[in-house]
Parts: sequence; structure tokens; C-alpha cells
Amino acid sequence: MNAAPAGPGPDFDPGSAYRCSPQVALRPEPFGALVYHFGTRKLSFLKTPQLVEVVKGLEHHPDVHSAVAAADVEESQRPAYLRALAGLAASGTIEPNPAP
Amino acid sequence: MKLVDHFQYGLNSPICLTWELTYACNLACVHCLSSSGRRDPRELTTAEAKTVIDELQRMQVFYINIGGGEPTVRSDFWELLDYSIDHNVGVKFSTNGIKLDKKRAAQLAATDYVDIQISLDGATADVNDHVRGPGSYDTAMRALENLAEAGFGQPKISVVMTRQNVDQLDEFKAIADKFGAQLRITRLRPSGRGADVWDELHPTAAQQRQLYDWLVARGDNVLTGDSFFHLSAYGEALPGLNLCGAGRVVCLIDPVGDVYACPFAIHENFLAGNVRSPGGFQKVWESSELFTELRQPQTGGACRSCMHYDSCQGGCMAAKFFTGLPLDGPDPECVRGFGEQALAARDGSTVIPRSDVDHSRSAPAPRKPKGGPVPLTLTTRPDRACETSPLAGFGASPTDSGLRVPVAGS
Repeated sequence: MNAAPAGPGPDFDPGSAYRCSPQVALRPEPFGALVYHFGTRKLSFLKTPQLVEVVKGLEHHPDVHSAVAAADVEESQRPAYLRALAGLAASGTIEPNPAP
Repeated sequence: MKLVDHFQYGLNSPICLTWELTYACNLACVHCLSSSGRRDPRELTTAEAKTVIDELQRMQVFYINIGGGEPTVRSDFWELLDYSIDHNVGVKFSTNGIKLDKKRAAQLAATDYVDIQISLDGATADVNDHVRGPGSYDTAMRALENLAEAGFGQPKISVVMTRQNVDQLDEFKAIADKFGAQLRITRLRPSGRGADVWDELHPTAAQQRQLYDWLVARGDNVLTGDSFFHLSAYGEALPGLNLCGAGRVVCLIDPVGDVYACPFAIHENFLAGNVRSPGGFQKVWESSELFTELRQPQTGGACRSCMHYDSCQGGCMAAKFFTGLPLDGPDPECVRGFGEQALAARDGSTVIPRSDVDHSRSAPAPRKPKGGPVPLTLTTRPDRACETSPLAGFGASPTDSGLRVPVAGS
């Protein structure tokens, strides 16, 4: 059994490039998506369709801010989305993109 | 809308799917929820089982709970295990340990994406074997030793809580610690043969309180499969979904491919369809009449005015059904005692439903099981997934699929 470490990794930096972890699968659900991490075997949830879009789009953007903007997240909502993304980074759902 | 409200309306695929691979079992546990014992000749073939796995992969069911009967007595069990894992469908299987010799333990220790759950219903041989049959305690201990010796990560020890073992909670924890295992405790349901012994074995009201207090005080790393959500009415909500997931996020595939709303509800009233029918499992999950109905909002019925309704949601559907209580009334183990009152109010006219799915060796058409000795006296029978819980896997532990992962949104 291998449980990949899921502790808080390097600090989340929304100014740099991220991607959805290759060990993660997203399953579309009415509320957003169900997230499964094959390394830690943990289930979690993306609670809005917009957040799913952000997570999927991360790899196409040079930094997190532009991924959030590209998904048309309202200005007032952005701090909440960045907090959510920081949580996703801490759980290993998203990770720094090694080849942005 | 809160996540749990979404769950109420059902998901695109189950989160927690239990698949009982066989009704065959070397044991004969008195409380077996699937009344297992003899193999059903209509059991899914290896090829059919692989087709189901393919379908689960397509539906992105990332993880399944395999039970039985005793799943490891199927000769293709290891083949199906590998097939499932290779298709990104992780497996947790429940076993009494009968096949977990040193060689298998080593093989399993080298396999990713497999969790093992050893059933144990007493922290001592006398308490365990009374329920699970002579020798079953030793079998479980040997399996745990073999797994520990092989360096298998962290198996689970799964305990059905009964009147006889509530006092042993600390001892169960000690056994788990000794073997590097994680303790999982679940609720005794009046399902299958459990209906025959429920009156005698289900924890008393005082014991329920004791159990709840223990979970609050010491349950941090203990899994519950979300099966004690009816106890949340005592005060503090226990970790988990705290909602009956039957047909919404949970379901059961039985050995012959029948799909039921939950592992504790093997009865025609909760039968949604069969994986062999056109459209397969996916069609049953998505559009069966039963599941569509279960995904309607609950009304709460007689419980609606109760101040605790939000935390217990009226409790377990199967527990009500198999004790002859109305589904929209209190759980038989309602912590406010309304269940006991309802049980006492049953009379000769009350129909207590029984499943007609019974593979007990003590049932009609008995025949000698082939092979090894099956030491049975008393009313003891074998088990296996006798403890699969509807939300198995929703504990708070880091190795389990915790539902409490805070993620985004509002």
C-alpha cells in the first residue's frame, strides 16, 4: 500500500503555474465534481462547476490568477476561490506545474 | 445548496458501492446480513464480473467494497481483484481471513489500491466465536498476523457492535494497535439472519450511549462507515454524511447481479434491477424506478417535528423495515426511545418483512459443503461481509475516503 504524502506541500503561490495532479480523476456531478486521488485514495469534492473549470484550466495558464479569470469567476468571489485552491494544493489535488 | 443536499438527489455514479461476489461462505455467522452460506448457481461468471468492472471504470466508480459470503472462496477472486485494480477501480474487501496465508499476505502487501477488512465480532474468542462460529477468532488473528508480518500497510478490523462486545471497545482498539490495523465499528442491522438475533444482540439503550461517548472520546482514528448516524441525536454529529445514502450514493450488487439500494436491504422491495439486463448497471443506477423514488426528498413523517431530525434524519431505512416499523417513523434504536415505543406497539397484525433471498446452509435444500471442515453447532453461522456498511469508507481517517475534506464553494 502506498499512500502518497498529502501534507501541506510548498506554500501555495497563485502567481505561479499549477495543474491538476496526474494522480487525480475528476468525475462530473450535479454540484461540480467528485475528486479522487489515486495516490492518497481520498475522495473530496469541487463544490461548484466553476471551480471544476478553474481546476481543469490551470495547466493552460501561466499562473492561477489567470486561470481563475479565464473561468469568469466574479471579482468578489476570487478570494474564496484562491482559498479553495490553496486547500486543493495542500491535499495534493493540484500541484505546481513542472512544465508550464 | 449544501453538499449533503445534493447527495440527497443522487449522484451520477455511486460513491460507495458494495459488491458481494458470492453467497458461499465457510462460516455461518448468526447475524449475517446477506444470509450467506451456499453458493448460488446463478452467480455472475468471471466474464460477467469483468464486464461489470469495465462498466464501473467507465462510470468512474473509483473504489468498491467487495464482500460476500466469503469473497475469497471464489476461485477467481484474485483474478478479479487484479482486474479491478488494473482498471482503476480500487478494492477494499471484507474477509474472515480464511485464505490469508503468508503467501497471499505477501502478495497483497505488494499490491497497490487494495484495502483489507478482517471481520471480528469479539475481542476475545468466546465472544467472537459465539457469533461467528468456532475457530473464527483464531482464523482472524492468524490473518492479521500474516498481514502484519508481510508488511501490509494498514488493514481494517471490522466489528459489528453487539450487546456482548460494546464493553470490549478498548480491547478491540488494543488489538488493532497491536497489528498496526485500523479499527472499524459498525451497527448491527436486523438484515438477513441478523433479523433472527437482533432482539437478543442489538445494544441496549445504555450501551448505545456508551458507544456514542466512546466514539466522541476515543473515536478519532476509528472508522464507522457512517453507520451510527442515528446516534448523532445525542448531541455532537459524528463524522460522516449523516444521511441515509441508499440508492443515492450507496448501493449493493449481489452475487447474482441484483442491484439493491443498500447492503442491508436485500429484499424485493429494495431491488432496483439486475446488471445482466440491457443497459447494465449504469441503467439501473441512473433510471430505475426505485432509485428515482429514493432520490426524492424525505418527508420525515412522524419524526419531522423532532428537534433532532436534522441530525439523524430518521435513521436507517433497513433497520426500520426489517423490524416492521414504518419507513417514515423513528429508527428502532432512536436515541429518544421512540423506536422502542414503536417496537412495543407492534402487535399480531404487524407484518415483519423477511427477505426471500436466503443461502443459509441451515435453510431448505441443505447439502454438504465440499471441502474443509465446517464446524458448526449452536445457531452460529459464517460470515463475511457481514459488516459492510452503507457508507463504508466514510470514516474520518486519513486512509479512508473522508467526506469531511473541506473543498471550495460555499
